[in-house]
Amino acid sequence: MLSRVALTCARRLTQSTAASIQQQHQQPRALLSMGASAARAAAGAGSSKQQAYVSPFDERPQLTDEHRIFRDAARRFFETEVAPHHAKWEQDGMVSREVWEKAGAAGLLGTTIPVEYGGGGGDAFHAAIAVEEQLRLQLSGPGFSLHSDIIIPYILHYGSEEQKQKWIPLMCQGKAISAIGMSEPSAGSDLQGIKTTAVRDGDDYVINGSKIFISNGQMADIIVLVAKTDPSKGAHGTSLILVETDRPGFQRGRNLKKLGLKAQDTSELFFDNVRVPASNLLGKENHGFKYLMQELGTERLVIGVLSQASAEGVFADTVKYVNERQAFGKSIASFQNTKFKLAEMKTQLSVGRVFIDRCLELQNQGKLDPVAAAIAKLHAGDMLAKITDECLQLHGGYGFMWEYTAARAYADARVQRIYGGTSEIMKDIISRTL
Amino acid sequence: MRVIVGVKRVVDFAIKARVKADKTGVVTEGVKHSMNPFDEIALEQGIRLKESGAVKEVIAVSCGPTACQETLRTALAMGADRAIHVPVEGAAYETLQPLAVAKIFKKLAEDNQANLVLFGKQAIDDDANQTAQLTSALLNWPQGAFAAKLSVEGGSKVKVVREIDGGLETIELNLPAVVSADLRLAEPRYASLANIMKAKKKPLDKKTPEELGVDIKPRIKTLSVEEPPVRKAGIKVENVDGLLQKLRTEAGVTF
Ligand SMILES: Cc1cc2nc3c(=O)[nH]c(=O)nc-3n(C[C@H](O)[C@H](O)[C@H](O)COP(=O)(O)OP(=O)(O)OC[C@H]3O[C@@H](n4cnc5c(N)ncnc54)[C@H](O)[C@@H]3O)c2cc1C
Repeated sequence: MLSRVALTCARRLTQSTAASIQQQHQQPRALLSMGASAARAAAGAGSSKQQAYVSPFDERPQLTDEHRIFRDAARRFFETEVAPHHAKWEQDGMVSREVWEKAGAAGLLGTTIPVEYGGGGGDAFHAAIAVEEQLRLQLSGPGFSLHSDIIIPYILHYGSEEQKQKWIPLMCQGKAISAIGMSEPSAGSDLQGIKTTAVRDGDDYVINGSKIFISNGQMADIIVLVAKTDPSKGAHGTSLILVETDRPGFQRGRNLKKLGLKAQDTSELFFDNVRVPASNLLGKENHGFKYLMQELGTERLVIGVLSQASAEGVFADTVKYVNERQAFGKSIASFQNTKFKLAEMKTQLSVGRVFIDRCLELQNQGKLDPVAAAIAKLHAGDMLAKITDECLQLHGGYGFMWEYTAARAYADARVQRIYGGTSEIMKDIISRTL
Repeated sequence: MRVIVGVKRVVDFAIKARVKADKTGVVTEGVKHSMNPFDEIALEQGIRLKESGAVKEVIAVSCGPTACQETLRTALAMGADRAIHVPVEGAAYETLQPLAVAKIFKKLAEDNQANLVLFGKQAIDDDANQTAQLTSALLNWPQGAFAAKLSVEGGSKVKVVREIDGGLETIELNLPAVVSADLRLAEPRYASLANIMKAKKKPLDKKTPEELGVDIKPRIKTLSVEEPPVRKAGIKVENVDGLLQKLRTEAGVTF
C-alpha cells in the first residue's frame, strides 16, 4: 500500500486532493493546541472504526451507475478545484470567474438542462448530487445551484428560442453568471409589494428601482429581474425581464458583509432608467408572478437538498472528531451525552434523507407540489440549525474556530431558514392546506 | 491505431485500508472503490492520443467482479470508445495475479489488433508493478515503463520519456508496444454528465477468461497480510557520541 501514501503526497503537491482537504479544510488549517502529528495519528486510529455499520438506508435506491460516476467526478472537482481556494475566496467575498468556467468545462453547471442547450441532460438527482458534493464539504462559495437549478430553468421554461440559444449555452459553460432579483428593501416575503418598475417605451422597457440581498450580484452578467409592468394590477402586473449588467444605468451596490456564506457575493442592485429591448421580456407580460409561483418549489427543494447535505457533512466530521479528541482520559465519543447526541442526529438525518429523496423523485415525475417543497425546506433548515449547533458544541472551543468545518457550517446554516422564503412563510404555505 | 487501456477497480485512495480478521487480505466490502489512479492517468493519455488524431480507437479493459462495469462506465464517460469486462468473481478474483492478467491482456491485444497497450505503472491496492512488464514480455513487444511523457512518432514508433533516478530518460519504441503511466503523464479529466449519459450507449462487452483460453490459476500463495507496524516515538540523544553509541548498540550499525 506504499503507493497509496506516495500518491497522496504526490497528488497533494500537484493538485491537492481529499487527503489535503482533510488537513486544509475539513480539519484545522492550523491545529491550535493539538500537535499536528498527534492529530494525524489520532485520525488514523479513529477512522478504522467508522466503516463498520452500513444501514440499508445509506443506499439511495434511486441512484444509478450514472449518478455514482457523476458523484465521483463532482466530488473530485470540489476537492481539487474549490476546497484549496475557498479560504481566499472567503477573504475576497466572492469566488473567481475561473472556477465558474472550470465547473462549466467539467459539466457541473446546468446538469438538468437538455444537451441541445449545452446542459448535462440529467435528472433531479444529478442536480442534487452536484450541490451535495459541494455542501458536504461546506464549500458554500460558488453560487452554482442558484444559477443552474433555479435561474436557467426560468429561461428554459419561459424564454423565447432566441433567448435560450443566446444565454443557456453560455450559462452552462460558466461564461455567463446569473442572478435573480426578487427581493427589495421594502419587499421580501411579500413579493407582491415590489416597487421596481419596467415601463414600456416604444420597443424598450425602461427600468427603475432597486433590489437587495442578490446572490451572485457582484459577478452576474445577466439578471432575471422581477419588475412591475403594470403597477395598478398588483401581482398580476408583475413580469420577468432579462437585464444584461452592462446596460447603462445599471449599478451594483457594495458586496454586503454577512454572518455566513463568506465566499459568496450578495449585493444591492440599482436600476436608474435602464433601457432593455422589449425582446428581453421572459414569457408573457404580467405573467411573472405565476412563473415565480411555478418555480419557487424547485428553489425550496434545492435549499432542502443543500441543507441536508451540509448537515450530513458536518455530522460526519463530528463523528470523526469526537473519536479523536480525548478528555478525562478517554475519547469524548465514549460519554453517554455524546453518544445520545450523535444518535439523535443520525435519526434526524436518516429520516430527513428519505423525505428529500422522495421529493427529488416527485420532481423527476413533475409532481412536486408547493407544500411538499415547503416541508422539505422547513424541515431541512430546522434540522440543519439544530445539527450544526450540536456539532459545534461537541467540538468545544475548536468548534468556534473558523478553521473547523463545524464553525463554518454553523455560520452558513443560519440563512437557510431565511432566503428562498422564510420558515414562517413555509409554515404559512403548509398551513393553508390544513 | 488502436489502444487498449487497463483500468483496475481498487479501494479508493482516500480510504484507509484495514486488514481482514483472518489476515487473508484487506476489507473490501462496503468500502468505496474507484479506478486505480495510475490507470486513470493512462486512460487520459489514451484519450488525448485519440483527440490528437494519432489513435482511432481506445478500448478500456477491466478484469474482476461485476462492479468493475462501473469502472468501465467511468472510462467510457471519460472518452474510451468501448469497453471489455473480463468477469472474475469471488475466490478466483481474490487470487487473480499479475501473470494471469497479463495473459488476458496479451490475448485481448492480439484479438483486437491493438498497436499500444497502456497501463498504470502499478495498482494502489497490491502495488505489484508487474502487469505492464509481463504483458510486454508475453507479447514480445517493447516496453516503456513509468512514462512521464508519451508521443506517437509517425505511426510506427512512440517516444517515451521516463523519470529515472537522476534525470529523464527518453526512449523510442517500435509499435506495437506496452507503456505504463507514471504520475505526471497526464492529469485526468472530469467525466462530465453529458458524457456520462452518452457513455450509456457505448458498447461494453464481456469476455470470460475461458473464452479467451487463459488459465488464471494463481502461482503465488498469500500466507498472511499484516498491518504495517505502528511507528514508535523517537528518542533524543544528548550529543554525537550518544548517537554513535545508539547506532552501534541498538541499530547494529558497524563502522
Ligand atoms: C444571503 C442571502 C441571499 C439572498 N439571495 C437572494 C437572491 O438571490 N434573490 C432574491 O431575490 N432575494 C435574495 N435574498 C432575499 C431573501 O429571499 C429575503 O431576505 C427573504 O425572502 C425574507 O425577506 P425579508 O428579508 O424582506 O424579510 P421580511 O419579509 O421583512 O420578514 C421579516 C420577518 O417577518 C416574518 N414574516 C414576514 N411575513 C410573514 C407572515 N405573513 N407571517 C408570519 N411571519 C412573516 C419573516 O418570516 C421574518 O421572520 C437573499 C437573502 C439573503 C440573506
